[in-house]
Amino acid sequence: MERIPILRMGDLLLVTIQVDMHDRLAMTLQDDLTERIVRDRAKGVLIDISALDLVDSFIGRMISNTAAMARVLDAQTVVVGMQPAVAITLVELGLTLHGVKTALNVEKGMALLGKTNL
Amino acid sequence: MSAALNHAVVFESDLFERHRHFRTDRATLPLRSDEDVVALRKHVRERAVAIALSLVDQTKLVTAASELARNTIKYGGGGMVYLDALEDGFRKGVGLIFVDNGPGIPDLGLALRDGYTTGGGLGLGLGGSKRLVDEFDIDSRTGEGTAVSVIKWKR
Repeated sequence: MERIPILRMGDLLLVTIQVDMHDRLAMTLQDDLTERIVRDRAKGVLIDISALDLVDSFIGRMISNTAAMARVLDAQTVVVGMQPAVAITLVELGLTLHGVKTALNVEKGMALLGKTNL
Repeated sequence: MSAALNHAVVFESDLFERHRHFRTDRATLPLRSDEDVVALRKHVRERAVAIALSLVDQTKLVTAASELARNTIKYGGGGMVYLDALEDGFRKGVGLIFVDNGPGIPDLGLALRDGYTTGGGLGLGLGGSKRLVDEFDIDSRTGEGTAVSVIKWKR
């Protein structure tokens, strides 16, 4: 089955979404990520969406829910790399990714998580 | 591959009429599964690029298409979508008509309101999609089905 890879860097997990997400793939990622947070005792999760040319309400909700689940599992989530056109569309659609931290790129995301020196 | 519906409902609205009037090309795609939504997004993106829509307008149109396609599958029990190339004089546009044979929407005003959902979603699909396109219209008949039509014009 198709899966999105999750990379471990110290106590961070990095997810780079590079494929057009269909709904099942998004749900699989949520399952995999929560499992890895517990297994790897991760303190932070970086979700890089710089390659995504669309975030609709389903993907947006998946991102919000994942961040909420990570928080309950004692890990912080930062979404990085959102394209400007995606940001404009998301807000017009009515989605504000409430409660999700964002950063412009992976480096800034890591700084936000306090992991500048891994 | 058949995109045909179980029974044909003749949907009518001013916007469907406008589609007919301005249409220069049409593709018909089925909407049954997740994969169909992904395929539609790709086709819509290609059409949007072909008429040189700006990146923001491309993204808005593809996102609206994704929302409406998901509605067709989730609430309408699947259906199909017409992807139209439109031309109005010198102006070019992309039109989409989503059709299903589902239960219909009893209260359109309510369904278009942000935050209203019967399916456990965020309730942004219809109202949100409307904001992302230039023209939007619905013909829904209780017990027969729903047709949603949208157009994005090149500025």
